[in-house]
Amino acid sequence: MERNVVVSRRRKTDTTAATAAKIDGFDVLPADSEEAHVLAVDDSLVDRKVIERLLKISSFKVTAVDSGRRALQFLGLDEEKTSSVGFDGLKVDLIITDYCMPGMTGYELLKKIKESSNFREIPVVIMSSENILTRIDRCLEEGAEDFIVKPVKLADVKRLKDYMMREVRIESESNMNKRKSCCDLTESEPSISSSSSSSSSSSSSESPLRAPISSSAPSSPTPLDSPIRRLKMTPTE
Amino acid sequence: MLGLGVDRLRADMNRLLALLFHQGVLDEQFLQLQQLQDESSPNFVSEVVNIYFHESEKLLRNLRGLLMDKEFSDYKKIGIHLNQFMGSSSSIGAKRVRNVCVAFRAASEQNNRAGCLRALELLEHEYCYLKNKLHELFHIEQQRVLAAGVRYPMQH
Repeated sequence: MERNVVVSRRRKTDTTAATAAKIDGFDVLPADSEEAHVLAVDDSLVDRKVIERLLKISSFKVTAVDSGRRALQFLGLDEEKTSSVGFDGLKVDLIITDYCMPGMTGYELLKKIKESSNFREIPVVIMSSENILTRIDRCLEEGAEDFIVKPVKLADVKRLKDYMMREVRIESESNMNKRKSCCDLTESEPSISSSSSSSSSSSSSESPLRAPISSSAPSSPTPLDSPIRRLKMTPTE
Repeated sequence: MLGLGVDRLRADMNRLLALLFHQGVLDEQFLQLQQLQDESSPNFVSEVVNIYFHESEKLLRNLRGLLMDKEFSDYKKIGIHLNQFMGSSSSIGAKRVRNVCVAFRAASEQNNRAGCLRALELLEHEYCYLKNKLHELFHIEQQRVLAAGVRYPMQH
């Protein structure tokens, strides 16, 4: 049973020392409207620590899990086990996952996410220690936003902001307040893309910088230091 | 002369780091880890490295256990352990350890047991050297922090 993971909590949180709660074994950080929330998936504890730190230092909120299965459970997509304790709709703005994992690979996780009507719009980035072109192509064809060759660096993580669903970093102060007030969604069909539609419906003078990312033509500037071929077109913004 | 102590310790640290880079023991990924350390996460590098040590020693024990077994034949399992070891080594910048893993993996893909045993010994040796050097590095860093603290007790 898929759960609609949509509404962010409106609580004010201390962004420098976010308190972590444990729900069903996950370290869950309270959601905040200012910082984008990344779900990181890696079976290696060392890599989880590093990616978590890379993301936090780049002003992301992070939830790190150790398997594709856990990731699906967190999203509410796992058929076999759905959490009875609701996650209260913690919105995920990007998923970054290792490719080589026991059980479910990053590629299989990517497929499951892209097959889901609720979550297919979440950008997925694959990490791998192997720079294999066929692997890269396969992932991009399946809808991955990018493919990062490990070890992951700060420059790689900073690039992730290009794939974000939210326009938080571009918005002005006044738009922030408007967005906050109208973000308690009451739409009949909430979906992940609703955050951008709600900001456009908030009569702001500033147009949203990024439309919900579709699987065919995601809009992102060509990273200059991307280790892989860029198959996508450079959009106008 | 606490002031001189801090500077000398910093010089010692830099010299040791330069040596480890020169020897190819560490690569720029280690510097990347250092960049992730700040006031909000002041022990980040040693925390990650300690996790790495803990996991690596488990992997090394598993590898030795597998290869010493008279009836050993599970090269695939060796490969899995090595991939893990390679990945974490690369993530902390342990270049030489990672390179030995690559050679080790090649031997295991050829089902070459003698080659695997040789590679394992080399791996244990490289890992030992790395661990000793990193402990030395953290020790100097600890001393530097203490010396700096004594010198400027009212700082921040």
